[in-house]
Formats: sequence, C-alpha cells, structure tokens
Amino acid sequence: MHKLQKLEIKGISKSFQGFPANQDIDLDIKSGEILGLLGENGAGKTTLMNILYGLYQPDEGEIIVNGRTAQINSPLESIQCGIGMVHQHFMLIQNHSVIENIALGYKDTPFFFPKIKIRQKIIEFSNKFNFDIEPEKKIWQLSAGEQQRVEIIKALLNGADLLILDEPTSVLTPVEIKELFLILKEMVKLGHMVIIISHKLDEIMEICDRVVVLQKGKVVGSAVTKETDKRALAKMMIGRDVIFNMTKQAVPKGGQVLKVEHVEIPGDTGTRPAVHDVSFDIFENEIFGVAGVSGNGQRELAEAITGIRHVNSGHIFVKGCEITNNSPRRIHDAGISHVPEERIKFGIAPGLFLYDNAILKQQHLKKYSHRCFLDYCEIKNHAEVLMETYRVSAPSINTPTKNLSGGNIQKLILGREISDQPPLLVASHPTYGLDIGATEYLRQQLLDRRSKGGAVLLFSEDLEEIFELCDRIAIMYRGEFMGILDSNDKRLSEIGLMMAGSLKLECAA
Amino acid sequence: MFKIRITGRKTITPLRSFMTNVSALAAGLVAVSIIFLFCGANPFFAIGKIFSGSFGSIYGIKETITKAIPLILIGSGLALAFRAKFWNIGAEGQLLLGAAFGTWTGLAWGSVLPSYIIIPLMFTAGFVGGALCGLIPAVLKVKFSINEVISTLMLNYICAEFITMLIVGPWKGKARFGFPGTDNLPASALLGVIPGSRIHYATLIIALLSAVVLCVIVYKTRFGYNVRVIGENPDAGRYAGIDFFKTSLIVMAVSGGAAGIAGVGEVAGIHHYLGYPDAISSGYGFTAIIVAWLAKLNPLYTIFSGIFFAGIMVGGDAIQISLGLPAATVDIVNGTLLVFLIMGDFFLKNKAVIRNR
Amino acid sequence: MEAIIISVLKQAMIAGTPLLLGTVGEIICERSGILNLGVEGVMSVGAVVAFIVTYTTGHPWLGFIAAVAAGMAISLIHAFASITLQANQVVSGLALTMIGLGFSGMLGKPYVGKPLTIKINSFAIPYLSDIPVAGQVLFNQTPFFYMSVILALAAWFFLERTRPGIQVRSTGENPQATETQGVNVSLIRYMSVIAGGAFSAMAGAHLSTSYSSSWIEGMTAGRGWIVIALTIFSLWNPVRAIWVSFLFGGIFVLQYLLQPLGISPNFLAMLPYVATLVILLVISLKDSKRLNAPAMLGEPYKRGER
Repeated sequence: MHKLQKLEIKGISKSFQGFPANQDIDLDIKSGEILGLLGENGAGKTTLMNILYGLYQPDEGEIIVNGRTAQINSPLESIQCGIGMVHQHFMLIQNHSVIENIALGYKDTPFFFPKIKIRQKIIEFSNKFNFDIEPEKKIWQLSAGEQQRVEIIKALLNGADLLILDEPTSVLTPVEIKELFLILKEMVKLGHMVIIISHKLDEIMEICDRVVVLQKGKVVGSAVTKETDKRALAKMMIGRDVIFNMTKQAVPKGGQVLKVEHVEIPGDTGTRPAVHDVSFDIFENEIFGVAGVSGNGQRELAEAITGIRHVNSGHIFVKGCEITNNSPRRIHDAGISHVPEERIKFGIAPGLFLYDNAILKQQHLKKYSHRCFLDYCEIKNHAEVLMETYRVSAPSINTPTKNLSGGNIQKLILGREISDQPPLLVASHPTYGLDIGATEYLRQQLLDRRSKGGAVLLFSEDLEEIFELCDRIAIMYRGEFMGILDSNDKRLSEIGLMMAGSLKLECAA
Repeated sequence: MFKIRITGRKTITPLRSFMTNVSALAAGLVAVSIIFLFCGANPFFAIGKIFSGSFGSIYGIKETITKAIPLILIGSGLALAFRAKFWNIGAEGQLLLGAAFGTWTGLAWGSVLPSYIIIPLMFTAGFVGGALCGLIPAVLKVKFSINEVISTLMLNYICAEFITMLIVGPWKGKARFGFPGTDNLPASALLGVIPGSRIHYATLIIALLSAVVLCVIVYKTRFGYNVRVIGENPDAGRYAGIDFFKTSLIVMAVSGGAAGIAGVGEVAGIHHYLGYPDAISSGYGFTAIIVAWLAKLNPLYTIFSGIFFAGIMVGGDAIQISLGLPAATVDIVNGTLLVFLIMGDFFLKNKAVIRNR
Repeated sequence: MEAIIISVLKQAMIAGTPLLLGTVGEIICERSGILNLGVEGVMSVGAVVAFIVTYTTGHPWLGFIAAVAAGMAISLIHAFASITLQANQVVSGLALTMIGLGFSGMLGKPYVGKPLTIKINSFAIPYLSDIPVAGQVLFNQTPFFYMSVILALAAWFFLERTRPGIQVRSTGENPQATETQGVNVSLIRYMSVIAGGAFSAMAGAHLSTSYSSSWIEGMTAGRGWIVIALTIFSLWNPVRAIWVSFLFGGIFVLQYLLQPLGISPNFLAMLPYVATLVILLVISLKDSKRLNAPAMLGEPYKRGER
C-alpha cells in the first residue's frame, strides 16, 4: 500500500537574492506515473525539486499531498510524506561504506549495532530489484551507476513512493542508462511514481509518460509523450525553433601545436593511475574533442597538460618544446591557456574584484606590471574590454566576482583565457550549466579561435557539443583513449560502446 | 508566529562595514559589562575606567601609544599572513626570539659601535630572529602539511622556555645579583624616547611605516595580488601558477620579522634588558590577532585598531589597580570583543529579516 | 629498580589522563566537522570551576560536575559562532581560548595559592591491583584515569557502532548529504562541540582536583594545544588516542626524570612541545594524505545556499 497517491504543487515561487528561480509553478503527479521535468540548465528544475524535498522553503505557493496541504520544512518531513530524491551530484559520503550511508537516513536504523540490520536490508533489496551491491565497499570504490543504485535504495528504504531523479543519466554510460530505466519501469509497476529532471529530449521521450517543460523558472507547456514529438518539446524548451546552427568553416590544418606522448598520470586516490598511456597531437586550426563520461581521467589529463598535476611518465610538447611537469606559469607562457572544469573552484578568487580576476595567471606579464607593482589602470582597462567583448554582465568591474552568475563567471574566464590569442586553449566543459544563449556564444568563440589559427582541446560530456565543434574526437574510458576519430568517420555511430569501454579501436594513436 | 530569515547581502558599503564594526564593539562592551557585573564589579565604573585610564589623561595617552607600537607592528604583519590564510598564532614567540637576537647584538657590540650603527643592526637582528621563528611553521606547513596553528603555538612555548633558559643560565647578567635577566644594554644601544614618556619613537616610526608599506604591498603589488589569490582560493592559486612555497616563506618571514622588531623595541626602548618572557611581552602576540581582525586584514587600519586595543590594555591595567581585578580581565575583554566582531561579520554579510507569518 | 619503573609508569598514566580526556573530546568535535581551538580555554575553566566548588563545598565530585557543566556552557560560544554564524573556526576557537583563560584567571584570583584539603584520591581495584607491575600502574589509579580510558572506549563504540555515531561522522564528512537524509546537521554539531567541551573540562578538573590539588593561572600549560596535535596523531580514533596520550604523558614525566642529570629544567620543559612538532612531522612523513581526517573539517556549512 502506498501512502502517497497523488502530489500537487500549486503556485510555487522562489527567488534567490532577488533573482526569481521559480515563478508560480503548478505540477501534479499520481501513482504509477513517470513525469519528465524538461528544461534548459538554469530553468529552475532543480530548485523546484529541492523545494519539494524540503531543502529550500518556497516564498509562495503550496504543496498538496493526497489532497491535503502539507508543510515541508525539512528533508525529514519530506521523507515522512513519502518523497525521496536522488540528486545529480550524489549525496553520498565517499569515505563511508554503503552500509553506513544507508544507515544514516533509514528511519528504522537501530541505535546500537546498526550495521547488522542494514546489511540484511541491503541484501534483501538487491535481490528484489536485481541489484548487485557489496554492502561493505566504500562509496569511492563504486562506479557511478552503482552509486546511483545506493541512492535509490536509500530513498526506497525510507518508504519513498515518489522518487525524484535529478539528471540521472548525466554520469552514466549508455548501458547503465538502460539498466536504470529497467529499474524505474519495475518500480512504476509496483505503484511508485517517478519525476525525472532532464534536459535530454531522447531520454524524456523514451521513459516518461508525461512531460512538463520549464523555461526561466516558469512552466511553459506540458504534454503526454505519446502525443508529442521531440521537435515540439525542443521548441517549448528553448522558446524558438532552431536549436543550433553553427557554421563550421573549412580551414586547412596547420602545424603541430601540442604533442602528448605515452603519458601516465596519477589519480587522487588509489593506486591505479588516472590516465594510462595516452598519446595524441593537436594542430593549428583544429578543435580536438575528448568525449566520455566524466571521471574517466579527463580532469587529470587536462591538469597534467596545464601543469597543475605532475605526470608519472611520458612527455608533453608545445610547438616542439618539452613542457612535461613544468610549472603552470611556464606552461602558460609557452602558449597554453586553460578554462578549468570546476570554474568556481579553480578559475577565480571569489572574494576579489572582477578586475583582479581578469588577469589571474597573467599577473606576471609585463603589460600589467611595472617592476613588482601592478598597473591597475591597465588592468581595469583590460577588465572593461573583457566585459564588453565577452558580454560579461555585472554591475561594474568593481564587483566582487562571487556575486556574478555562473554563466558570467564562465564568460569572464573564457574571455581572459582567449583574449591574448593562445596557440592552444584547453577547455573543460566550457558550457556546462550555461543557458542556451551563453552556450551558443561560447561555442562560437571556440570556433573563432579555430579559424584564427588557434588550437582547442575540448573536454565535454555533451556529445552534441563534441560533434558540432570538433574536427577530431577521442573517446576516453578508464584513463585510456578508446579511439581517435575524424568527425566524419562512420565509426562514430559506435561512440556509445566506446564510452562504455566495450569497444577499443586499435588505431588509437 | 515570528520567523527570522537570514539572507545574503549583495553589496557591502564601506560605511556599513564601519558602522557594523562600531556597533559590534559597542555590543561587545555591553557583554563585557555583564561579565563584570557577574564578577562583582560595577560595570559602568569599570568600563569608564578602562577608557578614562587609557584615553582620558595625557599619561594614559602616552602609555596607549607606547603599547600601540608592538600591536601595530605585529598586527600589520599578521594582517598580511592572515590574508594568505596563514594562521600565524606564534607572534608571541617570534617577538621573543627577535628580542633575544636584538639583545645579543646590543650586548655584544653596543659598547663599541655608535648608536646610528648599532640600533639599525639590532632591528635587523630582531627581524632575522622573528623571521626565523616564522619560517619554521611555513616550511612545516607547505612541505609537510602540518597545521600552522599548532606549530606556531608550540613555538610560542618553546621560545618562552628557551628565553628563560638563557636568562637564568648563560646570559644571566653579572650586575643582576643572581636574579634572572641579562645585563642592561649599553647606552648607545638604547632607543630614544619622547621626553616625559616611554614612547620609543624609532619603533613607532617603523610600526607606522610597516602598516603603510604592507598596505601598499597587499593592494598594489604583484606579490600582494598573489597573497590575496592564495588566501581567497588556494586552488585558483595553484591554477594560476603561484609559487606556494615561496609566497608562504616571504609572508611568514615578514610577519615574524615584524614581531621580532617589536621585540627589539620592547627590550631596547622600555625594559633595557632581556628579562622573563612574561615581562617582555604582555600578550602582544595574541592581542595583535584581534587587532588584525578588527582592521579587516588591511595593514593600514591596524594603526587605528592597534591604538584601540592598546587603550584597552592600558585601561585594563588601570582597573586592575583601582578595582583589584586580575590581569586576566583584559583577556576576557579581548576575547569577548573578538566574538562580537565575528558576529558583526555575520551581520555584515547577511541580513536578518523578522517576518510575521 | 622495579619501584622506580612502577612509579614512572604510574606518573606517565596520570600525566596522560588529561591529555586523553581532552583528545577524546576533540575527536568527537572534529569528527562532526568543527575544529575547536578553544580546548586550552575550556580546560582552564574546568580546572578553576572544579577547584572553587571543591574548595567551598568540600565535595570534589560536586566540583567535577560543576566543571563539566561550565565547560559545556562556555563551549556554546564556539558552537554558536562557528555553526550558527558560520564564522571562521580558527578565529572563533582563539576567541574561546582567550575568554576561557581570562575568565578562569578572573574567577580564580582569590584562590591562588590555597591548597585543597580534600582531593580525588587513588582507588585500588580489588584483586586486579595485585597483579605485579601492571596492577600498580593500571589498577591503582585515580578515578579520572579509569574514567578517561572507559570514556575513550565508549567514544569509539559511540562513533563506530551506534546510529548517532554514524550521524556525527557523516556530518563531518559531508554535511549537505547528511542534511538530505533528514539529519539536523546543526544540532549534531552543537552536541558534538558541547560534548567536546565537557571532556576538556573534565581534563581541567583532573588538573586542579587530582593532579596538583591547587589552582594557579596558566596551569593548563599548553595541554589544550597539545591535545589538538594528539587528535591528529591519533588519526581521529579514540582507541588510538589512548596509547598516544599515555605516550605523551610519559614525555611529561621524562622532564622530571632527567632533571637530576643536570639538564636545564627550562630545556626539559620544552620537551612536550618539541615532541608535538616531531610527532606531527612523523605523521606527515608516514601518510601525507591524512586519510582519516574528516573531509569537511573546519568548513562552515550553510543550509539552503546555492
């Protein structure tokens, strides 16, 4: 028997620091249904679900459970209502075992010796849904798919009748996605309901019964999936017809810019190297893409090339000069710019002003300093130019950088890294989390770099982005390249298999 | 029902920042007076006495400036270190080691060299002593990831014992009649004072210069930029290719060195010999932490916050005598004010809205 | 010879007792993600309160209870600043130390130099204390010694084998994930800081009512800071803290042992502090990754922020 049969959301609004994230949103779902919540990044999907889960309090509106208004002030109250959530970034404690993670939230965890009972529960559940999970393993030893299953068990054990999945497929391989969908269908058969948050049309079409589309914090449409098609949904989601139409100029390949020879790069934990025996090269007028599910060594490879991480063995050359294990500054001066993966974490000093951040990593250059003094006049001019050229919207260059939105920070970083025309730009997930306008703009900037003689090394999880921008594509799995293909290679249709590690092309060199 | 909502503030004006600090200090003093009440002292009288004792008379003002000298020196150095998120709690030990180096220089050559040579030499020696004591935790932190709070604190105790060992042992003065302490410094190695006071002006000038110069370094130079980036976000510092080791070494050498100079000032300007550690520094190293914090880690502002806390030290001495309160009273006042400054920071960054719902 | 060994070992146990109590408290606190640098101050308050209450009432255990209560109360300052106000934990902990040292100095002023006529004495456990050497060292000790070992084991059991223990550790590893599991992160952290305060105050009570049975300002002599180093040395494990603390107690005793050899007493007084640095160095050389440190130690947690 399910205690949660029907859930309605009426007129929910929520704003952060004056910026509306949700405006007057209505939504409903009932037993046995899978609802898709579709929208661009930043459309307010996650905010809405966090309200439902009690993490945020709505400014206005109400949540109605089984026809009665409910106050959800904390995750605990939400769990009591029968709501469970699997966040995009898993809410798991990496250093703890599966048992400990599940014991943390399970309502019937015994006070003493909790692990004994929880182990039994996990085994019980694994059998019921055909999971395969070792209860004693630490979370960091599990694959992304397994971690997600731990999250699902966690929610179900707490009696979740409604399961909210935030971008559940973003970290999974195609095979793991198939498995996940099987589990979800099984759950719905048993009378659960599921809300899937996604911006991927294909998946929404495949798994959902109904779909609600959000745009800029408002509901802009809803449809039954059987009665609609991708094109209509895409139009609703973006608010206009054309998705992307970038023209990639044909430019001749220039001279070699970067050459990587058999590098092996250590990871953060464990004994296995994060990158093993990878070799490739990049030429002028070329965008070289590295595709793959994140966490397969992309971050380590980018860090090694830009000097943040040392390599165990192998060599890296820029225009014939060896830069292996040089300092980030020397590598920058040798001609490599870097748009880092976690932009807030690496790319800026959040408390400093916008103009300070406009020269990060270039502060040692002659043009910004006289002897050891910084030339703030020049720096501020440069910051103004960056703001204008790269459409960074901020009150002024005297704003602390932490007050900028993610997209504007990303534009600032990209502008800073591109502005002095580097021979090679290493860009990790440059459009992740950006709205459509900013994404389009940033991609255009990358293409401009390419036509102006620059080389770009692009790391992305977004296959659409990879196909659209890249001249050559490498597929990375478990620290190795599964293949390097030209963008017109027919074998690209098998990219899914390569990302999952089940196909490796021998010509990968 | 009333509900308090806390929301972040987007812009912080300098005026708001100033007013928040002032009200935090005021609220802190109210809290202090409650503690006084608890201990059986009349709070109005006690707090009145603190300020009349420090700022209410010519003598008080002179004493306040005297005590402000080490506070400004150390505080400006700490402001730099804290900017780089280097929690140097060891200024006390750095001051002592600087004092020891300075004293040794003064005793060894003071009688043969003229003032204008020996005094700069002593200050240099003091800087070197304090800097050495500051470099140890810097190396330990960067090379061995040892928490600098613990290492600097341990060095405080080690330095204090070391100095005591010197003054009861090998350095014990012949003219001390068996009491611990070195001989008096020769006249040429003593700092001049403003007549009628204990203000050793040479150190005062160095302190003011240190505040100004460090402010320029922090806000106008490439090095200061690096320090600020590292302090704000060490990962960004790594990304930007800033040399962590070098920056930490310089920051701690300067911060420790400033404390060392303060130590020389205390010995050559006030005590004229190296005595017990407690006598040489009445907790300047710790008070300077609050001085730096109140100055919002801007070295220039330590001039004002240094004078303020020097006033509290002098006033604390005054109430000790008149109300018979223990010396520890000043610690309570300092600690409480620091707590209220932290609270002030919170209300500066956030605003609380009380809603009726 | 045997008598000397027994006496030295026994002294080492006594000297290690306050370190163990303090370390266990700090472990609980840090496991929840809060770095409390105020141990020195809280210990000092515990010492003075225990002394005053014992002196005026004549009941040492009443003094002990009062000390624990005072330690918990004063720790609230750090809890409020670091949890509710999300302040910098280093600065807030230093403020707590200043207040604690100042407060104890102020309260204790009239009692300086007055000896306790009654103190918490050793208590020999029947039969067990008859075991040669070990019996005298381990089973003829002050109640504080037994309590410290039992509490350390209990703390381990609490952290590793109970539900709230998992909640405390999870809070220190990933407060956001813990919050999403319906655990009140702030409450857990408050409780842990207060528990840490209680332990530190016990350590102080041991110093003033059992170890020395008198009160002087600064009698904690940096033990509160050593405790913070021992927390790292014990890899945040209360059981490991037991031998780590008594090893350090041994270093304290070594001072008195070496004194007859004509070494400067001030030089010997440096030993515990130097040993602390050396041990931190050894730890860092052994495992540079600090595998066991709570991942979010010292990071303020803001709820509902993005």
